Amino acid sequence: MPTLAERPTTVQGSRIDVRGVTKEYSSGGATGSRVLGPIDLRVEAGEFVTIVGPSGCGKSTLLSIVAGLTKASAGEVAIGDARVAGPYTDLGIVFQKDLLLDWRTVLDNVLLQAEVRGLDPRAYRSVANELLALVGLDGFQDHYPRELSGGMRQRVAICRALLLDPPVVLMDEPFAALDALTREQVAMDFADIWLKKQKTVIFITHAIAEAIILADRVLVMTPRPGKIDLELRVEIPHPRSMLVRETPEFAHYATEIRKRFEANGVLHQHGR
Amino acid sequence: MADDRGTTAGARSRAGKILAPLAALAAFFALWQAATALLHVNPAILPAPTSIFANIVHQRALLAQYMEPTLVEILLGFGLAIAIGVPIGTLIVFSPAAHRAFYPLIVASQMVPKVAIAPLFVVWVGVGLPSKVLVAFLISFFPIVVSTGQGLAAVDPDMIKLFKSMGASPMRTFVKLRLPVALPSVFSGLKVAMSLAVVGAIVGEFVAANTGLGYYLLFANGQLDTVGVYSALFVLTLLGVVLYFAVEVVERAVVPASFRKSEEELSVTL
Repeated sequence: MPTLAERPTTVQGSRIDVRGVTKEYSSGGATGSRVLGPIDLRVEAGEFVTIVGPSGCGKSTLLSIVAGLTKASAGEVAIGDARVAGPYTDLGIVFQKDLLLDWRTVLDNVLLQAEVRGLDPRAYRSVANELLALVGLDGFQDHYPRELSGGMRQRVAICRALLLDPPVVLMDEPFAALDALTREQVAMDFADIWLKKQKTVIFITHAIAEAIILADRVLVMTPRPGKIDLELRVEIPHPRSMLVRETPEFAHYATEIRKRFEANGVLHQHGR
Repeated sequence: MADDRGTTAGARSRAGKILAPLAALAAFFALWQAATALLHVNPAILPAPTSIFANIVHQRALLAQYMEPTLVEILLGFGLAIAIGVPIGTLIVFSPAAHRAFYPLIVASQMVPKVAIAPLFVVWVGVGLPSKVLVAFLISFFPIVVSTGQGLAAVDPDMIKLFKSMGASPMRTFVKLRLPVALPSVFSGLKVAMSLAVVGAIVGEFVAANTGLGYYLLFANGQLDTVGVYSALFVLTLLGVVLYFAVEVVERAVVPASFRKSEEELSVTL
């Protein structure tokens, strides 16, 4: 098994195309209520796109549709040249919950990714160990999830998603359950990994600062039914640190997003 | 598997785990003994524990001989309940149609008083072993169905999504995810079922039998041999407790330690 550094990036051909995707839930009647779309979106190979939107705007549904885990009511998704029909497996997903299996050690939780696909987990031990070291969990291989903090658990979930070096990584509010400090740290750790390995990433969040700091491009969604309302290219060079938040560019992007949220009634001003 | 509680404090608490119930039991018998002596209770109503123990020792060969068929009935009934209950519980989770079709029937089967249909079993399969096994089975299989169903259904839907995105086949998802998640629940059902199987076997023997601890109990009662009744009860209770803990021993071996409910959690759920 080649080490992480030696392996070629597998990102080519992992462009994500979302074309006219909508989601409706029929509530008995003939006309269903639309929760999402229509969404047209292209994420270039190796691009880091964050999607911010208010709760209930369907952003998680969109991610689930891209992964082939939820059926779109209309439209289609393609990753590379392949149309997504049914669960798309050549990707890594990180959910808001870490979804670690309590009865497996940290290492075995990471190796689950290989095991479940019928691959020999022993062949991936060194990769798993490298990934764990990369997120600061060296020495925790034999611990059980209940012995870890929330931030550490989510780091394990990230390692599990990355074990097979998937070209596409989908993240559904992965840091929402973490406290503010841990959240920043894990986010920067992940940004670091992304820089090294150039994945195509769609990252859902409702934190504006997080969306800007991580992204090549921020997409702002409207309230339900969620549509893409604003597209912002973040022209701050990588690698970025949390200090980026002090710069005028950052303030500019944040204001743009806030203004859009205010226009949509997601945020409103007080006493001014 | 390494147990990190092998410290002196751990050893002390483990000793406490054994000593505490033994002390409580001893206190119970002491109180009983004292009450019968001080209040001059008629031994035909409540004999002293010492005379019961003496009788058990005296009749040990006979009691052992009568215990054997009862034990066989319990184990066969319990085994049959697992063999049928676990697959039905699984089927109910995976097939909504089967759930709709069978679940009301299964619930209804539990509402029929087992004591009332036990005589029917005698008519169907005779006074021998099968009628008792049938009662033990019927009374113990329901908790197994329910706990298996509940355990298998308790999986986080996001976990299923994760497994799908990792390309897991339904079989792999079952083995690597659903089954381990379900095991603690299945075992709590098995423990209830085991104690019910003991009841079932005795009910079966009460209806018609010429051997077994239930028969011994009825016979002693007919003779107004209260000490004999209590002796059979003691042996039966001990048998039930041993069987219950046998299930727990298997649980400890099968359910991963890191996933077992801790005793504190269990005492809350109970």
